[in-house]
Amino acid sequence: MQYIFHLFSDEKGYAALPEAQRQAASGAYMAYTQALKDAGVWVAGDRLRPVSESTQIHVGTDGKTTVLDGPYADTKEQLAGYYIVDVPDLDEAIKWAARCPGASHGTVEVRAIWELPVPA
Amino acid sequence: MGTAGPSVELAARESYGKLLAYLAARCGLDVAEDALADAFAAALERWPVDGVPRNPEAWLLVTARNRALDAMRRRGRESNMLERVARATQDAQRAFEVESPPQDDRLGMLFACAHPAIAQAVRAPLMLQIVLGLDAVRIASAFLIAPATMGQRLVRAKRKIVSARIPLRVPQAESFPERLDAVLAAIYAAFGQGWDDPTETDPRTRGLAREAIWLGRLVAGARPEEPEASGLLALMLHAHARRHARRNRAQAYVPLDAQDAGQWDAAMIEEAEGLLARAARANRPGRFQLEAAIQSAHAVRRLGREPDWDAIVLLYEALLRLTGSPVVALNRAVAFGQSCGARAGLEALDVFARDPRMVNYQPYWAARADMLARCGEAGLARAAYERALGLTIDPAVRAYLASRQEEMIDADNLARKRIRVP
Repeated sequence: MQYIFHLFSDEKGYAALPEAQRQAASGAYMAYTQALKDAGVWVAGDRLRPVSESTQIHVGTDGKTTVLDGPYADTKEQLAGYYIVDVPDLDEAIKWAARCPGASHGTVEVRAIWELPVPA
Repeated sequence: MGTAGPSVELAARESYGKLLAYLAARCGLDVAEDALADAFAAALERWPVDGVPRNPEAWLLVTARNRALDAMRRRGRESNMLERVARATQDAQRAFEVESPPQDDRLGMLFACAHPAIAQAVRAPLMLQIVLGLDAVRIASAFLIAPATMGQRLVRAKRKIVSARIPLRVPQAESFPERLDAVLAAIYAAFGQGWDDPTETDPRTRGLAREAIWLGRLVAGARPEEPEASGLLALMLHAHARRHARRNRAQAYVPLDAQDAGQWDAAMIEEAEGLLARAARANRPGRFQLEAAIQSAHAVRRLGREPDWDAIVLLYEALLRLTGSPVVALNRAVAFGQSCGARAGLEALDVFARDPRMVNYQPYWAARADMLARCGEAGLARAAYERALGLTIDPAVRAYLASRQEEMIDADNLARKRIRVP
């Protein structure tokens, strides 16, 4: 079963950290990613560029497309990265999510990825 | 009145299990649970207005008993087995009249929770819920399980107790020792939950340590003649006595051998030592007494003495023969490294190098890294710290391992420079 971890954290808080702490944080992420790979459960994972660089696209019922700069909602925590893992069940997914450095400086949302029916 | 909230909370901690056990023995666990929940809800509503009753437990009991009888009568009206339900209601009513004040049946409930028909993984959560009244969300967090999943597992287990008629009492003599083991194991699981290694390295208690100690006291108090019950309580007290020393003033993680023994809870250690001595007199050693003895060997540091590592190795070996647990074998290897040198410890750890159970086991990698560092293998130590780092949940432990890893990088660079410039 594949699960996606959405890593929410306060972008500004991270940017305000001293360089040494930022380095330690990135080291922790590297170690965590490696642990996922060593365990054979890693599928994908990336850090995202700041939310200020995001773009919102919406196509209305009239077919008119709206394109907007910047974040969709102004919340304290932003989606800062993700992992996709392949583990037997939710219990195992939660165990891995707890080990993610993002769980201690922000929040990790665990969501099961909808499985497509296997073609007969 | 601002005191009602805490009073209700205190009453819950002290009385929940006692009242539930009493009610469940007379009208079934399902009816009892609902009735007691209603009574606590009523207390939260009434006590701030009317004041806290002089005997909160009796108030709760009367309220819950009336709700339970109401529920049974209602069920009788709705059910087509009218007569049987009516008889059960009468029986319950008579039982309530005969026996008052309630006797303490909590021990019996603990045995029901750890019944062989209940899945092992749900025994500890079940105890926390039906004996201490903790809610599923809190239990779920401690066990790193989704609250919805934990809720379902608890409901299923309780339904099983009711439908399979698992008796809410202490079992007969012939099955008692085995069943007691299951009860103690579940209490220890609650104590150590969320800890990779509850007695040595990881400081997180997730707030369940106190609850587990409370359950341990319940069993050891009711069965002082059982050495393993005292052994478990001694073990938990020894570990809990060190809770404040596990972090320094900057909230950084402090490993056991670097802890300030002056910060250990002396009274708690004394109590543990007394329990362990009492248990030893029964001359029936067991898993928990051995584990408590290991903690006791560490605790001599409060007297300014160094732990006797040879003795600790022997205790782990005895424990290993008893349990066959890979975690015990790992701890034995670590102790061996202390008594016979890091190189010997490393060789003892090598036995696990291909063990699939150790691949994601943080304490294994942390121990390996430490041993490699002490052998001067900075490069290998750095890689092992990296592995441990990626498996750590606690941010304070993560920071500690990262700083150790940093030291290894420096040492490794220094070593390389030396090789280049002879």
